[in-house]
Amino acid sequence: MLAVRGLSKAFGQKQVLDSVDLDLAEGESLVVIGGSGTGKSVLLRCILGLEVPDAGEILWRGRPLAQHRADFMDDFGMLFQNAALFDSLPVWRNVAFRQLRHMPKARARAIAIEKLARVGLGPEVADLYPAELSGGMRKRAGLARAIAADPRVIFFDEPTTGLDPIRAAAINALIRSIVDETGATAITITHDMSSVRAIADRVALLDRGRLRWQGPVSEIDRAGDDYLRDFIAGRARPMARVPAS
Amino acid sequence: MNPIRLTGRAAISLTRMTGRVAIFAARGLARVGQHPSELVRQIMQIGWLSLPVVGLTALFTGAALALQIHSGGERFQAGDVVPAIVAIGMARELGPVLGGLMVAARVASAIAAELGTMRVTEQIDALVTLSTDPVGWLVSPRLWAAILCLPLLVGVGDIIGIMGGWLIGVNALGFNSAIYLANSWAYLEGWDVVSGLLKGAAFGLIVALSGCWFGMTASGGASGVGRATTNAVVAASVGILAANFALTGLFF
Repeated sequence: MLAVRGLSKAFGQKQVLDSVDLDLAEGESLVVIGGSGTGKSVLLRCILGLEVPDAGEILWRGRPLAQHRADFMDDFGMLFQNAALFDSLPVWRNVAFRQLRHMPKARARAIAIEKLARVGLGPEVADLYPAELSGGMRKRAGLARAIAADPRVIFFDEPTTGLDPIRAAAINALIRSIVDETGATAITITHDMSSVRAIADRVALLDRGRLRWQGPVSEIDRAGDDYLRDFIAGRARPMARVPAS
Repeated sequence: MNPIRLTGRAAISLTRMTGRVAIFAARGLARVGQHPSELVRQIMQIGWLSLPVVGLTALFTGAALALQIHSGGERFQAGDVVPAIVAIGMARELGPVLGGLMVAARVASAIAAELGTMRVTEQIDALVTLSTDPVGWLVSPRLWAAILCLPLLVGVGDIIGIMGGWLIGVNALGFNSAIYLANSWAYLEGWDVVSGLLKGAAFGLIVALSGCWFGMTASGGASGVGRATTNAVVAASVGILAANFALTGLFF
């Protein structure tokens, strides 16, 4: 459904993505892992058109995504790392932001309240402003906004960053159930292994801009890659390493 | 490095920046009317909420101007010109310039801080993922609201400024109220007022464009937003003074 071919991106002298190839089947949940600054976020930003890649292309349903971005975005939702809710709008208007453009306010509000309930937030939250919510509630509201239009593709950017383990587990379970229920195709980027095990069908490991390992989540514990083993175990490694082959 | 090369590099950089800002402004202006509710909200923010500061500035400026002209005019027995000079000075120059500068301080900083915060907290990226053009949603309503509101603020400022001069003229300088008002109108021409309103529209564009540009290009967290806010106010203020000189030369 979504394919990345030879994607490269550099900022000045720093090569952030280096000939990355990825394939994502319809309904599949791919989790991209890797240390900080390994190009995970840039990969998502390139797919979304927020960064212009230096080389490579992104295909959506076999066609260049750049030429069909508006169609892609109409069927897309995203949970940002810090939720990225609009401060000036109440929660329900954030959730129903897309719907408010083409349906009556009352119907859009009803959808927002339904989606808030789906992520475990009551209707009393609807009229609050984002600044009045806790970090976990903001994340849930961001998740409600991501799924408000029942998108076929959803991206989750560091969904559990800044949350305590119990809230993180709740968000992971919520994401997995939403992906299962809706059959949406999902890409999650994280360095939280509990998220990987809860959300992923398949895992891809990025290391200094290169795709170092990818495979089913069931195989990550048996993988031969030493960096992946250290990443899973949370073992310290020397800062200067041999580049991924 | 070779000074000629340095100068050339600076000139290219300035030209490139000017082009980028011009394209940004053109994109913002071209998306007029896409989000009417946002335009109304910005008219309230930029126009209505700026009325007190613009009104007070005009009142004190008109009053001070009356005192200065009377004091200076007395040196060559021309103290009677106070009403005419206050009216012409407010309408042509002080109303638009001081009104523009006060709005720059209030509005350019607020726009840059709001959009800069949205930029560094990924809210602008979120707009893109919601199939919404950030320029149409955020920039265009602010540009048009400022262009529409500044002339109105200048017009109100002109009236309040002339009233400030009248208050001082009648209560402190011994002018007859009716004669003061008659002399204010007698020497004031339509173009004096219209040129000031046109300046106001131009200053509105400069104020909103500075705030939007520096806000939308902010980076680097809280300190980046702080820099964007400072740069927006400085650019708007200098832009207003430079544009005022250019427009005054063009109009008169």
